[in-house]
Amino acid sequence: MAGDGTVKLIDEKGKRLDGRTVNDLRPTEIKIGVVKNADGSAEIRMGKNIIIAAVYGPRELHPKHRALPHRALIQCFYRMSTFSVNDRKSPAPSRREKEISMILANALTSVVLTEKYPRTTVDVYLQVLQADGGTRCASLTAASVALADAGVPMRGIISSVASGLINDKVAQDLDDIEDQKGSGDMPLGYCPTLNEVSLFQLDGVFTLEQFDECLDLSIEGAKKLHTMQTDALKQKYTDIRAEVSDDDELAKEKVKPVVKDETKPVAKDETKPVAKDETKPVAKDETKPVAKDETKPVAKDETKEKSGDE
Amino acid sequence: MGDKYIISEIEKNHIQFLLEQKKRIDGRDLSKFREVSIETDYVQKAEGSAVVSLGDTKIIAGIKAILGTPFPDTPNTGVITTSAELSPLASSYFESGPPSEHAIELARVTDRAIRESHVIDLSKLCLFPGKSVWILFIDLYVLNDDGNLFDAAVLAAMAALATTKIPKVKIISEENAEIEKLEETESLKIDHYVVSVTTNKIGNYNIIDSNRKEENVSDARITFGFDEEDHIVSMQKGKLGVYSPDVIKTQVRECLNVSKTLRKELMKAIPK
Amino acid sequence: MSEIKVKNHEIVIPGDLLGEGTIKYGEGVIRRGNSYFSSIVGLFQDKGDFIQVKALKGKYLPRPGDLVIGKVVEVGLTNWIVDVGSPYSAVLSANNATEKRFDPVKDDTRRIFNIGDMILTKIMSFDRTRDPQILTNERGLGKLRGGRVIEIEAAHIPRVIGKKGTMINMVKRLTRTQIITGQNGRIWVQGKNVDDELKAIGSIKKIEKEAHTQGLTDRIREMLSINQTEEEV
Repeated sequence: MAGDGTVKLIDEKGKRLDGRTVNDLRPTEIKIGVVKNADGSAEIRMGKNIIIAAVYGPRELHPKHRALPHRALIQCFYRMSTFSVNDRKSPAPSRREKEISMILANALTSVVLTEKYPRTTVDVYLQVLQADGGTRCASLTAASVALADAGVPMRGIISSVASGLINDKVAQDLDDIEDQKGSGDMPLGYCPTLNEVSLFQLDGVFTLEQFDECLDLSIEGAKKLHTMQTDALKQKYTDIRAEVSDDDELAKEKVKPVVKDETKPVAKDETKPVAKDETKPVAKDETKPVAKDETKPVAKDETKEKSGDE
Repeated sequence: MGDKYIISEIEKNHIQFLLEQKKRIDGRDLSKFREVSIETDYVQKAEGSAVVSLGDTKIIAGIKAILGTPFPDTPNTGVITTSAELSPLASSYFESGPPSEHAIELARVTDRAIRESHVIDLSKLCLFPGKSVWILFIDLYVLNDDGNLFDAAVLAAMAALATTKIPKVKIISEENAEIEKLEETESLKIDHYVVSVTTNKIGNYNIIDSNRKEENVSDARITFGFDEEDHIVSMQKGKLGVYSPDVIKTQVRECLNVSKTLRKELMKAIPK
Repeated sequence: MSEIKVKNHEIVIPGDLLGEGTIKYGEGVIRRGNSYFSSIVGLFQDKGDFIQVKALKGKYLPRPGDLVIGKVVEVGLTNWIVDVGSPYSAVLSANNATEKRFDPVKDDTRRIFNIGDMILTKIMSFDRTRDPQILTNERGLGKLRGGRVIEIEAAHIPRVIGKKGTMINMVKRLTRTQIITGQNGRIWVQGKNVDDELKAIGSIKKIEKEAHTQGLTDRIREMLSINQTEEEV
């Protein structure tokens, strides 16, 4: 993809064609819950890129023989809409789309706690409505958010951006023209809370110094994206809370005794509570759930939480 | 759609039970459309585009204009071609792979309404007879399926066409039919404003703009295309159930009525 | 020594650092060394002697003893496959279906439960290596007739039930409806008329939406007492 470097992509003042400096990400917006039927979803706009991510699962895998006995399979389906690019793209999946689907699935598998759902699949659909460079990265950023929105347990959220070389300078978040006419492109998927690189590709010609600088710059970019992802995921719930507290309910609530004092979760024995994600409400009879209290950490699988969660 | 979906007895009976009281599961009247929202120019790289929501149903239409050669039997007219994708992104009952018969039906019924109502004068898309014409691709992607994809698809396609801007061209050589696309664009001329209205039959009741649950239990459906002069321009009867001619006559009138409000929504969303 | 990094009831996301040191922890928390992180989008809860993150969304995972509402999707000669809204289909074998002994030669499974039937059932066993086994041969279990079934996030079922059933009993009383809540997020509702049903469903949806807030019981009581009509269905 590397261009010949003859196109001027950055001026004397360090301004790029769209007015950004070499450190700037494109304006980015992330919204969750855009596909109602999906278990989790997100729409990302990063510059002119518009991508929808929808997650279905964990669910049964068909055909069943493809299921893995020890963990969930993460399947990605990255697709470009015919009208997402300047020339009409053929509707049939291309080799490029298949490769990107695979590397996205690999990256996501590294953060999802797949062992919690053996024999199932988590399907991640990515529909590129408009492409303007860096769609695999924007897809990965959106897919991570959609997975979290679906309630899929994960070790962390991946943030992804492609920086590269334009007129031999290292620049953040290349758009399509910079990708085409620049001399190098380095897509990175990175989880800031884990300090893990899960997607990494490069094309072009980099010196070792440029390589280091580019990697550091992408990590800076990923951290900024991570903040936006966090905000997008929390927004819905904080909005509802704000709505509710408008009724002055919250103020009232604060005076009330805290629920957790009423029944104390008792540690069954010395065994330490372990991270079983299932603490379990049991419906004895739904009209009379035995309400111990919300949850108690369980040492053994058999120990169950009784329901009632007020 | 969604052949995999198994309707529960309770769901079916409940929808029936409500209809007997002239009510629907989401509280609507039998011939009331859900809230329509139309957002045009969603994708700048398309020549025209629109996202349409009917309640929770969501479809995007994008228009691509490509220079190409006309069909040999119609050398003086441009070409429109419609495709639809029922991506598994939009419903757990859609499957990956080549277009299903449902996707093909959706594309063809949408195409029929647009073609037969002469929304676009195809002869105006001809640049050099027999050699060079505009090919308009209308590509539809379902983004969430909560029923009545047909009416949403026509709305999306119409809103996208009505906001389509085609590059102006410069003739380089008359002899070789050589043409250069310019930066400058002009709006695609829309001659007619077609909308489609679908009625679904559940037992003895007929309802407009069915949601997914209602479609799952319906016996039959008819989709009508109407132009702004109240002509019926296209039709498709679907599913296994049947209609009596009398019911069809009342339904076509009912749907025609609804088409007028729907067209107002379309006109509101597109530039004059 | 140990330090909690997040305020009680704060919304957290996967990877958020919750605390450091030696801390007991429950669901939704993963440990790396002496650090504790959230693995889901959820409500952080500091219970005094342990921490956890309550899920706000996510697929239902069967637990033995859970009462759930399932949909029959396949009928075999001696069993049924039942969709219980989890990543794993449940299996109901004829021996666990009725109190009467099932004779595969004389008895027809279709006459007991057919495709599309909604059944109230109980999870017998489940360990993720094998599909969950369910039963209907206990009192009160079996085919649901009439009414309607709605679906909400399974994570919010305990909130809908409320402590000792206070919430759901209040909804039943104030809307004059019968309600059965399945731990899998499916809820059966039947009222004397449509409006009562819609009111009950409206309040359940409100509980689901506001499950992570406090003072919910009061708000639901208020909503139902002033006879406010809910348009959410």
